[in-house]
This record gives sequence, structure tokens and C-alpha cells, in this order.
Amino acid sequence: MKHSRRDFLKLGFITLAGVTLPLSAFELLTPEALATIKKGNGKRWAFVLDTTKCIGCGMCVKACKLENEIPFEANVSRTWVERYVELKNGEVLIDSPKEGRYGYIKNDPQGRNIKEEDIAKGFFVCKLCNQCEKPSCVQVCPVGATYKTPDGVILIDRKWCIGCGYCIQNCPYGARFFHPVYNTAEKCTFCYHRITKGMNSACVDACAFGARKIGNINDPNSEVHRIVNTERVMVLKPEYGNKPMVFYVGHDSIVR
Amino acid sequence: MTIEHVHGELWTLKELFTYPNEFIYWTVHIAIYPYLTGLVAGAFVLSSLYHVFGKQELKPVAKFSLIFSFALLIMAPQPLLLFHLTQPQRSFNVFFTPHFYSAIAAFGVVFSTYMAIVAVEIWFAYRKFIVEQAMTRKGIMRLIYKAMTLGSYDVSEKALHTDERAIKFLAAIGIPAACFLHGYVGFIFGSVKSVAFWFTPLMPVIFLMSAIVSGVALCIFTYIIAMKLMKREIDIAATRSMGQVLAWFMIVAFTLELLDIVSHGYAAKKDWEILSTIIFDRFAFNIFALQWGLGMVVPMILLFLPGLTIRRAFISSALVLMGVFMMRWNVVIGGQSMSKSLAGYMTYKMPVIPYNIETFREGLVAVIFLLVMPFVLLWLFDRILPVFKNQGAGH
Ligand code: SF4
Ligand code: SF4
Repeated sequence: MKHSRRDFLKLGFITLAGVTLPLSAFELLTPEALATIKKGNGKRWAFVLDTTKCIGCGMCVKACKLENEIPFEANVSRTWVERYVELKNGEVLIDSPKEGRYGYIKNDPQGRNIKEEDIAKGFFVCKLCNQCEKPSCVQVCPVGATYKTPDGVILIDRKWCIGCGYCIQNCPYGARFFHPVYNTAEKCTFCYHRITKGMNSACVDACAFGARKIGNINDPNSEVHRIVNTERVMVLKPEYGNKPMVFYVGHDSIVR
Repeated sequence: MTIEHVHGELWTLKELFTYPNEFIYWTVHIAIYPYLTGLVAGAFVLSSLYHVFGKQELKPVAKFSLIFSFALLIMAPQPLLLFHLTQPQRSFNVFFTPHFYSAIAAFGVVFSTYMAIVAVEIWFAYRKFIVEQAMTRKGIMRLIYKAMTLGSYDVSEKALHTDERAIKFLAAIGIPAACFLHGYVGFIFGSVKSVAFWFTPLMPVIFLMSAIVSGVALCIFTYIIAMKLMKREIDIAATRSMGQVLAWFMIVAFTLELLDIVSHGYAAKKDWEILSTIIFDRFAFNIFALQWGLGMVVPMILLFLPGLTIRRAFISSALVLMGVFMMRWNVVIGGQSMSKSLAGYMTYKMPVIPYNIETFREGLVAVIFLLVMPFVLLWLFDRILPVFKNQGAGH
């Protein structure tokens, strides 16, 4: 059989078209779009952290690790406690040894010995995933393995994540890491498996001082709604445009 | 739950305040990935300069650079697919559920399109040769060549002329495709808003220019070595022409890279305080001495001095190759070296001697494999389609 060049080119283009068409048949449903189709019942989970109440005991970190099966000794955590110490000379010391899981019991920020009279102010700040309204982590996932639920929580599909780490890079808050056992992207979910069953997040229950609160921000009766709408609150790094849904009471400009 | 090591912990040193979950997650492989992709683009552009723009001096290296770009293309995604993903067996998910808001998702499409263009162009360029071999060779090689003809045995004057037009067409659409491929690799970094060193709209263009620079340099480098090994005469006109292309693209690349740092510094946003310590202190030697000094300025002088000799071309191309690799390294590792807290640093220590799967996949052994393989593939291809001879259509 003899083919002319023209035949070959024709065949080539048909093949190319054949390959491209099925590709475009995949409907481009972004996880965000999917969420609007399903339409939540107006529920939007949000978190309040009252840093004025936190004493840095680290119970929340412990509870989280146990609840969410993050190996206790592994140096990563879905939530963590940071210590901020500002000295009278203006120097700022920040640390979070072992994510604060053992609590802060000594006056040793960054392993240094600080005299109490040198300290201007000191406090603790808990961190967790902000379940951003515009999550930059979701935006960059090449396979859509991380997505936003209709009630605003960002989840990760451990069975679909390819482990590229792109989402970890694009979270401005350092909320994500690789799960030491499953080897897929991992982060706080506000304990989605608990809150959707009417329970509190594990860390909220573990905090004896009421520093952590979870609730539906659209429910006028919730404490989260009340605090966010009547008190002066702040979110972390608003300049990134992620619209975080974790609100801080008693925020300070030295917080990173 | 068993206690396992945390991904990233084995090669990351942390200083001052970094968020607990922060590690160097994108390692040497993410530097090699754009490096290889860049070499593809450069090698292809070089072959197109002959095929499309009729730069006659480049004729002796046109086919070689085309085949080389194919060999590099095969290896380009391997750092990601083989070594970087923590779930490599799922890499095909990118094809099943591409999330096109992500810069990496388009990779499959862009990459396969480009691969197809290069493969078809090679077929046209070697068609006459393949047909000849299919007619004259014996045994298994005969079968291989027969299969490669795809049933097309027409090598009449007219048919070859059509071939030439097809090559020209493919080489022409290949140029924007190559630019797109690499510009897009730059966008993978340029779109990450939480890494200050990466986040600039200049990134795709910077990557594209340094890509072309590195690809042309690699062609000069490999061409000279191959000719020496085969004890053939090096075509000085072709070498000079490649050197010229290299030098002009380097000016653009250098200007853009300079502009990037200047604009970061001039805007001096919140992150500049720590970013400047990365650029002017921690990575100063890497950036100013290796990437720019030895990798850009010195070869530019060597290339622009009149009467370019083979030795000078060789030295400059080797320096450029080193310089562009350093650029990839400085961007990828340097970008992650500052904590997102803007209050601490991380240092990357590449595992050299593997002692478990993790340090094997992410270590020096894998790096050597990735950097040697394109040459092995080139050698293999040369067994079937002679890269340095000039038979076949397209001339
Ligand atoms: S805090 Fe980070 S991981 Fe959580 S939703 Fe926002 S960007 Fe994503
Ligand atoms: S690590 Fe997993 S979840 Fe994160 S971007 Fe990659 S595939 Fe998506």
C-alpha cells in the first residue's frame, strides 16, 4: 500500500483531533463550582481564637494529634502553638518547639535564658488551617484532590492526592505538610468528622480555658457569630487575599 | 500509629522561627525538572533556526539538536514523576481529573502536544533515510525500519519536497509550543503567591530565556564533545553561529534576571527584609559568583570577543550550563530557604549517600541518573537515526 504525504498529514490531523476531543469532553468543574452546585444550607464553619485566654499548655495539640492520627512524635501537626516574647529592647523572639505539644513550662524562648524583667510582653498564638474562603492551596492542586466543602471546610482526598506538594507551597500559613504514614498532603479540617455530627473540634474540647471556639458563622445564635460581629477581631496575613475564616481576638502586630 | 520520619525533615535544617510544618518540600528534582525542560526548548529553537529561518551555518547541527531535544523531552518530566511525587503511581490522575486552575495540571496536555510535534518532525526529517534502510538492511533492523516508515515508501523528488514543507511547518509551530512549554514551567513558580522569591510575572519570561540559553549551550557542548569522540572535524562556522545565538539570548536573559532582583529591592515590600538576606547573604555566592559571574558575564565576554575559537565556545557553553543550573537551584531552593513566617531560615542538605528509599529518591544518585540519561538516549537514538550525518530530506 502506498500512502501519499497528503494522506499521511490528513491522518495525522484526524488522530490529533481524536485525541484532543475526548480531553475537552472532561467538564471543567472546579471544586469551588461543585460546591455551589450542591449549595450548602448556608452553613459556614469558622473558628475564633482568643489569644488573651491561651496559656500555652499545648493540650489542643495533643488532642489533635490523637484525634486525627498524626504520629505523636512526628514533627508536624495540624494545629500548633507559637510563643511570642517581645523584649524591652525591641527584640522579638518567636518559637514553637515540637509544635508546642508538650506545653510551655520554662521561660526559654528560642532556647535562650531571658530575665523576666527584660520582657515587655509575651503571649501565645495557636495556629491551624484557616479554611480560607479563597483557598490558594485548592487553586493549585493539579488533580483536584483538595477541595472546599459546601460548608466551607477544605478537605484532602488521601486516595487521590499525588503528593506533588504544590498546595503546601502555596499556603501562606504553613498549615499543610505530608502525612508521615499516608504520604499525602495533610492539614487541619476543623475535625470535619466531628463537627458534622454535632460535636466540637477535638482541640476546642481539649482547651480548658475557652481560647478556641468553633461554630457556624452564619448562625446568629452561635458564639463565633457573636464574637466576629461584635468584637474587634483580626485574621492572619489578610494581604494574601485568602479570606481566612479563623478570627483572632487580642491580635498583635508581631504575630507572624 | 507507627512513628515515621516526616517528609522533608531528613534534608532540612531550620533556624530561628519557622512554622513547624515547614520543610524544603521541593528539592533538587524540582530544580532539575525546569533545567531539563529548558534544555529541550533551547535545542529545539536551535534546530528551528535552520529549518524555519534558514540559518544555513546551522545545517550540520540541525538534526542533532532536534534529536537531542527529543531525548531531553523524554527525561524532562522524570524528576517529577519518578522521584518527586510521594505517590508516583498516581501520576496519571493528572490526565483523569486535570484541575486547570493549577499550573501543573496543564502539563500533560502541553507536554504531549509538544512531544507529538517533535516526534513527527523527526520522522519527516529522517523519512528518506528510513526508507533507504528499510530497503537495504537485513534481519531485525530491517523490520524496525520497515515499521518506522509507517507504510510510506514514496521518496520521489515531489514527496521529499512535501516533507520539507512539513518539516518547516512543524518547526515553525514548534517554536511557540516550545516557548509555551517553558513559559508555563516558569508560571508554576511565578504563580505561587506565598513564596516571595518566586512570585513575579517576570518568572515565565526569565525561565524561557534562560531555557533557550541553556539549550543552545548544551548543543554546543555536546556537539564539540561528540565530534572529538568520533574524531571528526568540528564545523567552525556552525559553532560560531551557535555561539552568536547563545550570546544574544544571554543578554536578554541577564537583563531580565537583573530586573527581577532590582524590582524586588525597589518595591521593598514586607518580605524584602528577609528576602534581601537570602539574595545578598545566604545565596550571594551562588547568585553573583556562579549564576551571574561565571555563568553569564564571563561566557558573554568569551563569546563576544572577535574570532571565536572552538575552545572558547566549549568553555563558555560549559560555564553557561553550570550557570543556568545554578539559576534553577537558586530559584527553587533559595525561594524556600526563607520561612513563610519571614522570621527564620531553612537550609537544604541534599542527601548524598542513600540510606533509605527517601534519601535514594531525593538524593545524588537519582540526580546523576537524571542528568546522564539524556546522553544515553541520544547515543541510543544515534544507533537508529544517525544524528551527525546529513542524509535524508529537509536539505
Ligand atoms: S490556611 Fe492554607 S491550607 Fe488552609 S485553606 Fe488557607 S491556604 Fe489552604
Ligand atoms: S500534594 Fe496532593 S493535595 Fe496537594 S496539590 Fe499535590 S495532589 Fe493536590
